[in-house]
Amino acid sequence: MKPFSALSLLREGLSGQRGWKPQWRNPEPKSYYDAIIVGGGGHGLGTAYYLAREHGLTNVAVLEKGWIGGGNTGRNTTIIRSNYLFAESAALYDHALKLWEGLSQALNYNMMFSQRGVLMLAHTVHDMQVSQRHVHANRAAGVDNEWLTPQEARAFCPPLKIDDIRYPVLGAALQRRGGTARHDAVAWGYARGADALGVDIIENCEVTGIRLGPAGAVEGVLTTRGPIRTQRLGVVAAGHSSVIMKMAGVALPLESYPLQALVSEPVKPVFPCVVMSNTIHAYISQSDKGELVIGAGTDAYTSYTQRGALYVPSHALEAICELFPMFRRLRMLRNWGGIVDVSPDRSPIIGKTPVPGLYVNCGWGTGGFKATPGSAHLFAWTIAHNEPHPINAPFTLERFRDGNLIDEAAAAAVAH
Amino acid sequence: MLLIECPYCGERPEPEFVYGGQAHIARPSHPAEVSVEEWTAFLYLRDNTRGVHAERWRHTHGCGRFFNALRDTTTDRFLATYRVGERPPQPPGGWS
Repeated sequence: MKPFSALSLLREGLSGQRGWKPQWRNPEPKSYYDAIIVGGGGHGLGTAYYLAREHGLTNVAVLEKGWIGGGNTGRNTTIIRSNYLFAESAALYDHALKLWEGLSQALNYNMMFSQRGVLMLAHTVHDMQVSQRHVHANRAAGVDNEWLTPQEARAFCPPLKIDDIRYPVLGAALQRRGGTARHDAVAWGYARGADALGVDIIENCEVTGIRLGPAGAVEGVLTTRGPIRTQRLGVVAAGHSSVIMKMAGVALPLESYPLQALVSEPVKPVFPCVVMSNTIHAYISQSDKGELVIGAGTDAYTSYTQRGALYVPSHALEAICELFPMFRRLRMLRNWGGIVDVSPDRSPIIGKTPVPGLYVNCGWGTGGFKATPGSAHLFAWTIAHNEPHPINAPFTLERFRDGNLIDEAAAAAVAH
Repeated sequence: MLLIECPYCGERPEPEFVYGGQAHIARPSHPAEVSVEEWTAFLYLRDNTRGVHAERWRHTHGCGRFFNALRDTTTDRFLATYRVGERPPQPPGGWS
């Protein structure tokens, strides 16, 4: 792997950009791997990278049904934050945030990580109580979060209209370390890093079955490109986790819903931060390309179609136009859906399963992108040690049986 | 937006309805007597089917009644709707 540097940019600039090589190989699948990761999104590619980098497992394959980063990694609104209510969640998401802070350097790949601040608005007395509870809980857990008055919120985000609207802004919680990153770069950066360490990234390779031995342990997978043997199988298939795990006879407490997002036509830099309003349901930031990136809600019903009803993004746009009247004349360019795997307590499941050699990382629901490096790092640790890392130890599959839910559903009250 | 056929009112637009999750999940009649695993399955485990899915809907902004539907989750096409208490009809292409 040729490292990127100012010098290499200059050299290629002078020679017409003709010297760049593919950033990762396109290998044929081998008959055996020490570990196989199912799902070539950010979480899966990152898992393979950390398996190779930190645990010395380099005979590893990532199997991807389509192309890498083509699922939810390429479909989210790129928001990164760690201001979750419960200590377990705050530790998990802040682990990810700390990795984000050094990720461009670690991977020698520009993640365009921008800590521009995430502003979460409060519009009702209940919102204010919940938000301030979050602020206090986060500060007690060592995660930055601060409370702003409506005037301070407007000073931080000048386009914001705080009064003369249906739900005036009564205050806001601000996490200054939060922000955005380039979603594609996350997949590509991890793919390039993993490939350089010997990981095979195999695209257009759909897993069609999981082979179990006489003792019930994983022996391999069946794929559209032939059978592959392995003793360690990590499933990171987001919306399709239930489908894959069913092949090994494991039922999951998940339901898959379409989650929609949309972008506007590109405009000059006008929007300095990320703004989220859970109550009137709007998520907005501006990409470096100039498009407003807007998150809408999930559709009402389970689906695998990667699309949804138009009234769902329309609802988000009504809220955006109310909060930011200057965007009323903007045109929307594209909208799309991704299939998110929602767990009963809106917290992820990262750990072992009843099948020996089978590990699962799922249930990230509507908020998985922000966790990508942390999720990948902890899942690799779990696979390498055959036991969960202390940070993901509370996020087991068994917590539903044992009643130890980490109920961010009640805490966040909406998609997050 | 989906057009949904309420078995009592006929075809209506999706915002009149509320989705009620997987259908035909029976609550154990004696919860204290079932195992922890069975209770966990009742509370939390779902088929999350990719294909023909039997599910509950409620015509909240209409007749207010619950009913069941077969819908293909790979196309969102409704194959049938039927009243509570009825057995699910055989889907045209079979169960997937």
